[in-house]
Amino acid sequence: MEWEVVIGLEIHAQLATKSKIFSGSSTAYGAEANTQANAVDLGLPGVLPVFNEEALRMAVKFGLAIDAEIGLKSIFDRKNYFYPDSPKGYQTTQLHHPIVGMGHIDIELEGGVSKRINVTRAHLEEDAGKSVHEGFAGMSGIDLNRAGTPLVEIVSEPEMRSAKEAAAYFKKMHSIVTYLGICDGDLSQGSMRCDCNVSLRPKGQKEFGTRTEIKNVNSFRNVERAINTEIQRQMDVLEDGGVIRQETRLYDADKDETRAMRSKEVENDYRYFPCPDLLPVIIDQEYVEAVRATLPELPDAKKARFQSEHGLSLMDAAVLSSDRIMADYFEAAAKISGDYKIAANWVMGDVSAALNKNEIAISDIPVSAEQLGALLSRIKDNTLSNGGAKEVFNALWEGKGTDVDALIDSLGLKQVSDTGAIEEIVAQVLADNPKLVEGYLNTPEDKRAKAVGPFIGLVRKAAKGVNPQVVMDVLQKKLSELG
Amino acid sequence: MTMHNKTIAEISRDLTAGEYSSAEITQELLARIKAQDSTYNSFITVSDEQAIAQANAADACRAAGNATAWTGVPMAHKDIFCTNGVLTTCGSKMLSNFVAPYDATIVDNFNQAGAVSLGKLNMDEFAMGSSNESSFYGPVKNPWDTERVPGGSSGGSAAAVAARLVPGATASDTGGSIRQPAAFCGLTGLKPTYGRVSRYGMIAYASSLDQAGTITRNAEDSAMMLNVMAGFDAKDSTSVQRNVPDYTASLNDSIEGMTIGLPKEYFSDALSADMQQQVRNAIAEYEKMGAKVKEISLPNTHLAIPAYYVIAPSECSANLSRMDGVRFGYRCEDPKDIEDLYKRSRGEGFGNEVKRRIMIGAYALSAGFYDAYYKKAQQVRRLIKNDFVSAFNDVDIIMSPVTPTPAFKFGENANDPVAMYLEDIFTIALNLAGLPGMSVPCGQVNGLPVGLQLIGNYFDEARLLNAGHQFQQVTDWHLKAPNGIA
Amino acid sequence: MALDQDQVRDIADLSRLQLDETQIAEYQTNLSNILHLVDQLSAVDTSDVEPMAHPLDAVQRLRADVVTETNQREHFQKIAPAVENGHYLVPRVVE
Ligand SMILES: [Mg+2]
Ligand SMILES: [Zn+2]
Repeated sequence: MEWEVVIGLEIHAQLATKSKIFSGSSTAYGAEANTQANAVDLGLPGVLPVFNEEALRMAVKFGLAIDAEIGLKSIFDRKNYFYPDSPKGYQTTQLHHPIVGMGHIDIELEGGVSKRINVTRAHLEEDAGKSVHEGFAGMSGIDLNRAGTPLVEIVSEPEMRSAKEAAAYFKKMHSIVTYLGICDGDLSQGSMRCDCNVSLRPKGQKEFGTRTEIKNVNSFRNVERAINTEIQRQMDVLEDGGVIRQETRLYDADKDETRAMRSKEVENDYRYFPCPDLLPVIIDQEYVEAVRATLPELPDAKKARFQSEHGLSLMDAAVLSSDRIMADYFEAAAKISGDYKIAANWVMGDVSAALNKNEIAISDIPVSAEQLGALLSRIKDNTLSNGGAKEVFNALWEGKGTDVDALIDSLGLKQVSDTGAIEEIVAQVLADNPKLVEGYLNTPEDKRAKAVGPFIGLVRKAAKGVNPQVVMDVLQKKLSELG
Repeated sequence: MTMHNKTIAEISRDLTAGEYSSAEITQELLARIKAQDSTYNSFITVSDEQAIAQANAADACRAAGNATAWTGVPMAHKDIFCTNGVLTTCGSKMLSNFVAPYDATIVDNFNQAGAVSLGKLNMDEFAMGSSNESSFYGPVKNPWDTERVPGGSSGGSAAAVAARLVPGATASDTGGSIRQPAAFCGLTGLKPTYGRVSRYGMIAYASSLDQAGTITRNAEDSAMMLNVMAGFDAKDSTSVQRNVPDYTASLNDSIEGMTIGLPKEYFSDALSADMQQQVRNAIAEYEKMGAKVKEISLPNTHLAIPAYYVIAPSECSANLSRMDGVRFGYRCEDPKDIEDLYKRSRGEGFGNEVKRRIMIGAYALSAGFYDAYYKKAQQVRRLIKNDFVSAFNDVDIIMSPVTPTPAFKFGENANDPVAMYLEDIFTIALNLAGLPGMSVPCGQVNGLPVGLQLIGNYFDEARLLNAGHQFQQVTDWHLKAPNGIA
Repeated sequence: MALDQDQVRDIADLSRLQLDETQIAEYQTNLSNILHLVDQLSAVDTSDVEPMAHPLDAVQRLRADVVTETNQREHFQKIAPAVENGHYLVPRVVE
């Protein structure tokens, strides 16, 4: 049987507000347990919520970025369920009147194809606390620091047809929310989590198959792996004539398998109703337009501009625009150097490699865009060879200096590009190596280009820092004079 | 000197005049509570030490020349209001160990005003009841007849004021919980407009209906208390940003020409002839003072109790979910797993009436029933509000009985929740509409007090207090005390 | 609407309330009576009536995004049934 995969994602993105959605507690990550949980966050008797204006603004910003309808009247509801990390016994969320309605984003697939994925809705809600299972002698410890952190839950239409598409969608959402500055995008801290709804149906069938939901997948790679694993599991069940149970599953990345969640075994009746402690949130078009005016250039616009203004290829433009800080870094360095292609190659090449190797985020890069720009200028004006440039870059990275020109001097990396000087060296090398010259002259015409290699090595050995292009030109000229 | 019989206004004047100190009256009232409250059971917690400290501080403040109207005046809080460092039980075993870690906004208001809090007053568990029989701390006795209930849920507030243990008390009203006990105990009870007084720190029963208010001996004292309590609170999203008048300033305004609406549905045959007569007599007093009377109709009155018993339980079913034995309050012994912890802590910590209302609410909100119950009740709620809105196009104030009968005996309604619910037939619609209401003593039936209900338009508390005060200038029902108490 | 005893048990479960088996019948009667009382609503024509969740037609006020709270963990955990290492303790939770 040929199966078609149907995937919809629910992404929870923590909004980068300073304080919580309904209280004045800090949302900073990593504090000691329960030191950022006040009376409201703890759900003490008698406390009441008051809505954070910045959470509203950020959600509207997101809605505008995905070209969605904005809910001019949004309403908070209570979703009732008992769980120790949910201190009030209900989550405050938005069911029928979300702040963001139907919108869409485009994702890039292999071969430069893009696909539109519709976003059903995005609503505001509060995050839960955390349960810690290790270190409490068979008990669980509850930390409510995270409780009340504002979230937007972004719900897609079931329009993705492969794990790759789902991962591309998750990445694109990540790129959008970080561009907007409404989420720090730190997946390792749980700033963005993804629930994946996966089902299969025989190719050509209209009705959806029964879906399972994989909860809280928190990396791009794991979204792809978890979905593929779940697709395989479902396919095995279906091909064996079995049926898929609608259930919530967890992905175990170590074992690369999904398993049903025990705590979600009983189908919950959430008994939603409008939260009587919060009033309808009303905004007008003027408010929406004021937020729209603050929207930054978004990834798609930047990508298009990188192609049209800077002549980058689609793939280069897509890579460099996917992260706002990376894009800004690239543009600043390129502008100083005046060469966007060299800058693109460097940012995607040496710079990215160094970041990966040292596990550093672009936001914390030790080489500033100004330094990189100055460095690239010196490649462009032939002061530096590529190899020399790498040495300077490493020196900057390691903090051995801050000024590119000073480093070039102190490291003695200035390239000799003076043709006269190089001609003298080449003449000397040819005179000192008659056998090599003879060998070269016996080489058939069509293979001579390769045979120049050993001479280049000898010239560079004789004089450090010579411009390889000039050496090549002079060598070819002199050798051809010999026959 | 005997100070316990003084009203708030009198105490305020006496303290200003130096007749006695705050410490003296505080000591006398504490001694009186100690000696007499075993009869009434109106206090759950008496805060002797804190009260004396507050009284001494107030006297020092006065000596320094910084006294205001409330400096050193004793009062007490219903145990629904969180008081920092003081046990706050809400009448429940669930919170029988809950020493609140913060002050409710109105508690803070009274502290800031220099008032002296004598302690925390008994109440129906989580404010669910009309007789004070559902308290984990035992029933409160009506000082007029200790065989009878004081009303509820603010029964402790009413009994303590009626027994002259305290001159005034905070209270709360979700369906009549201020007005009905005030009526049963011959007192003046004020439930302000929804949103007029902050709900922050008032343990929520039904958030869209709950409103804090006062139980006092007369309208003037209510005005003095409301002056302290009313106002915008940034911590409460449902609190209203609106100027607060000096409620004592308009007490003596003339009510000549005021139009009183009498809803025919509130004067039906269901009301006994005796009760009707007392209320009619009171209306006649108003007419003598120059008010005009007009019959009006509130056609959806009969739907108020059914709508209330969907909305209030629904909201309470969620509001009380935080009572789960995890972060505060009662936890069962040796829970074997998390579900066991929840079920036994809540099963053992809540009384029957609370459990009933939680279950009704959970049922009304559950999948498949929401439209038939919750949504329907919210629609009916609007019909009830619209009745009042159109009535207030024609009248300035609406008057009615507060209760169908005077205080009933213990156990009379205890085994029949529905019969108990029907006790609130005249009070409950106001909470659904969010309107202010007041109960003023207006007569007696068989030696038991009867209350007149004054219903005002939104934020028209000043008019209610004015009308109540004017009535109390020409009648003496509010001066009557239970037998043996003077 | 009358409830049967299984429904009573289901609602109690949903509400996380342990009921004494001997009380189920009493709950069944009382809850059924209350539902009977509220069933009067079904007779009302509310077809064009907008549901009313709040007594005043007010609008949500917004709070400035400012951190106003300081750490009060000790103060809040003094009243907790069980804490360890700054965490609230509960029987082990299974995911
Ligand atoms: Mg974060
Ligand atoms: Zn969610």
